[in-house]
Amino acid sequence: MTVSPEFSAGAVAAIELALLTLLFVVALQMLKSRHLFAVVMLSGIYSLLSAAFFVSLDAVDVAFTEAAVGAGVSTMLMLSAMLLTARREKPVTPGRAPVALIAVLIVGAALVYASIDMPAFGDANSPANAYVGQAYVERTPNEIAVPNIVTAVLASYRGFDTLGETMVIFTAGLAVMLLLGAGAPRGGREVKDVDDADNGKGGNT
Amino acid sequence: MRDEHLILRIMMKVLFAPIILFALYVQFHGDYGPGGGFQAGVIFAVAFILHGLIHGVDATRIALPQKVLSIMMVVGLMFYAGTGVLTMLLGGNLLGYDVIDPESTHHAGQHYGILLVEFGVGLTVAATMITIFYHFAGREPEIRDEDW
Repeated sequence: MTVSPEFSAGAVAAIELALLTLLFVVALQMLKSRHLFAVVMLSGIYSLLSAAFFVSLDAVDVAFTEAAVGAGVSTMLMLSAMLLTARREKPVTPGRAPVALIAVLIVGAALVYASIDMPAFGDANSPANAYVGQAYVERTPNEIAVPNIVTAVLASYRGFDTLGETMVIFTAGLAVMLLLGAGAPRGGREVKDVDDADNGKGGNT
Repeated sequence: MRDEHLILRIMMKVLFAPIILFALYVQFHGDYGPGGGFQAGVIFAVAFILHGLIHGVDATRIALPQKVLSIMMVVGLMFYAGTGVLTMLLGGNLLGYDVIDPESTHHAGQHYGILLVEFGVGLTVAATMITIFYHFAGREPEIRDEDW
């Protein structure tokens, strides 16, 4: 079966449009919903949709990370964090502050204005693809001889950066252990900081 | 809680080993396909988080104690930094992997170096993710049904 290039380009465009529309709808629903469980689940769906969108942009490594970290682990961590607090967001009175609205409109207009100057997708002369990016693509087969250029950049060319990133993750784990009491004899468990009758405030006592 | 969720518990048992296997594939196949230490570590952690969701965090803590995780976190980071120190001891730059196998004509040193540091990344990420999960989920023993 042969597919004409026009047809496949159109199909890809249609899929991307559908994904972006879904992302927008999910984001709106997240804003509207006050039920925290629903918001956490929607944020998982949002991550999964973004992962699908990254695949259509040929960024498979980023999509993989987004699906594993964004849709998988963060949803899980948000769920367990949600258990420590109230199930519903407190209703906020929508005070129509004109300052906030004006600020949002100005930033939005600036972003739309900036997007006009963005290079076309896949433009070989765009700054991201031209200088360092081009050098990596040209030099990786001779210098690293690894098929996946992303891994070559991450682990070899920028190995020192990745060492720092690993340290960041290590520090994050350490901070959680210290804050939630790993060294305590109770082992971070059986902390009665939320009274069952009053599920609202999750502060430590 | 023991006899509830039979289907979920069976599915967890079926899925646990394939998830670990997939994590190992992603870990050691990172220089050929998408993936690497970060993704593999997260997938590895997900298997144990799934175990904790179905059997309760206390059962998972017995299977994989926090003490082991703390050691894994440090060993992973030291593995990465140690690879850098190794290349320096061999006379090269920090994390300049070519000195690991200088005679190679196809940059085998780069392959070894990338595998070593990715292994360190995977170890640290997996241990950190499970640690964070333990500490968040361990604070409330059980999810009550009316909470859903």
